[in-house]
Amino acid sequence: MDNKRKYVIPGDVVTTGPYRPEQNVILEGNKIISTTIGISEIYDDSVKVISLTGKYLPQINDLVIGKVISHSSLSWELDINSCYVGFLPAQDVFGRDFSAHADELTSRLKSGDLVAARIANSDRTRDPLITIADRDLGKIDSGDLVEISPSKVPRLIGKKGSMIQTIENATEATITIGQNGWVVVTCESHEGLLKAKKAIQMVNEQAHVANLTDQVKEMLESKGES
Amino acid sequence: MGGRESTLVLLDENGIRCDGRKVDEPRRIMIKAGGLKNADGSAYIEFGDNKILVGVFGPRDVHPKHMSNTDTGILRVRYHMEPFSVSERKNPAPSRREIEISKVIKEALLPAVILDKFPRTAVDVFIEVLQADGGTRCAALAAASVALADAGIPMRDMVAACAAGKAADTIILDVNNEEDQAGQADMPVGYMPNLDKITLLQLDGVLSPEEFKKCVKVGIDGCKIVYELQKKALQEKYFQNRGDQ
Repeated sequence: MDNKRKYVIPGDVVTTGPYRPEQNVILEGNKIISTTIGISEIYDDSVKVISLTGKYLPQINDLVIGKVISHSSLSWELDINSCYVGFLPAQDVFGRDFSAHADELTSRLKSGDLVAARIANSDRTRDPLITIADRDLGKIDSGDLVEISPSKVPRLIGKKGSMIQTIENATEATITIGQNGWVVVTCESHEGLLKAKKAIQMVNEQAHVANLTDQVKEMLESKGES
Repeated sequence: MGGRESTLVLLDENGIRCDGRKVDEPRRIMIKAGGLKNADGSAYIEFGDNKILVGVFGPRDVHPKHMSNTDTGILRVRYHMEPFSVSERKNPAPSRREIEISKVIKEALLPAVILDKFPRTAVDVFIEVLQADGGTRCAALAAASVALADAGIPMRDMVAACAAGKAADTIILDVNNEEDQAGQADMPVGYMPNLDKITLLQLDGVLSPEEFKKCVKVGIDGCKIVYELQKKALQEKYFQNRGDQ
């Protein structure tokens, strides 16, 4: 792309000068220092580092896959593969007229269930609030869960969704990617399911390889013939 | 330490130390990032005959809950020596010395890590000394810093560490076990190379003000050597086989 990209580790000076520090960088004097292992990018007025490692931090509006851990009489707690647990209030599922005596929470979601949800609010002073009141959100009834590193989610999606479209088209599978690194794959045929899972694992392991979309395509096609 | 009587020649007339090194030469150092699958971040270091494995977990929930801080994440460090790490079996229960080293390593890492992005969480660092040969706290600190970076914990800078000391009236770099036992002073130094800040400085022994200054300088020079190896270890794990992007 341009020669402004470089590999950095914590403490490396990305650049000096009047730039706005964005993700994963701090301003120390007039130096902009990377705080993580990653690839630095310098734009016209800002600098950021794309992290190659680390846990998922909830961000408002992210689509995540959660697993129900437990519930109280008013809410569920979901494991969202982060350092915080997701908080799903019962009103969100039952609607406004939810009553703690009349409605039994386990009738809708039991512990162990997978849920596609959106982060409604996250300010780190409290556990992130999540919601399933939207199209395509809610309990996931079927499919296989694949866990990948959250830092590789953008690679799995690809530029304008190219990678995920390649996999979906070749296997006829439906893939739901949570920003937290959990991916649910559903497919009519058993073979397509296995192939899609293998492709996702391949992206996870070889995220740094250039031209990965072509390689994945090749893998998917070669398997189809055999 | 006043220097124990011994027949060991710490420094011969050619300026060669008891293990064949020059006065400003560190031991052989090898650092590897990663290696443990179940930990969020890990590192392995061989520092001369020291062999140390470090695993990092977190940020994660704090247990017990009362330890958590609503303003920032907390850092917890456990330095532990294996029973087989020294020639005579060591009781695996934490000793006074291990508790002290856990504390100084934690305090040496704290200026580097940025935990205020993760309030109410803990980052746990587990250091296991598999084989000890003098200077384990420095080696452990250097490895812990690599493991933290591997775990993706935001850091202002890496923390490199190396010991300096005095034996046979000469300031030496990277004190080994014999020099530590029979020498005159041992000074572990933890250092953030890019920010040019010292995060750990201890001194066991007696030095004149001039010697002290020289010793700190020699220690920092050692840290810079260690830093290059830490950098190499992380680059090997993350940037190898990547085309020029």
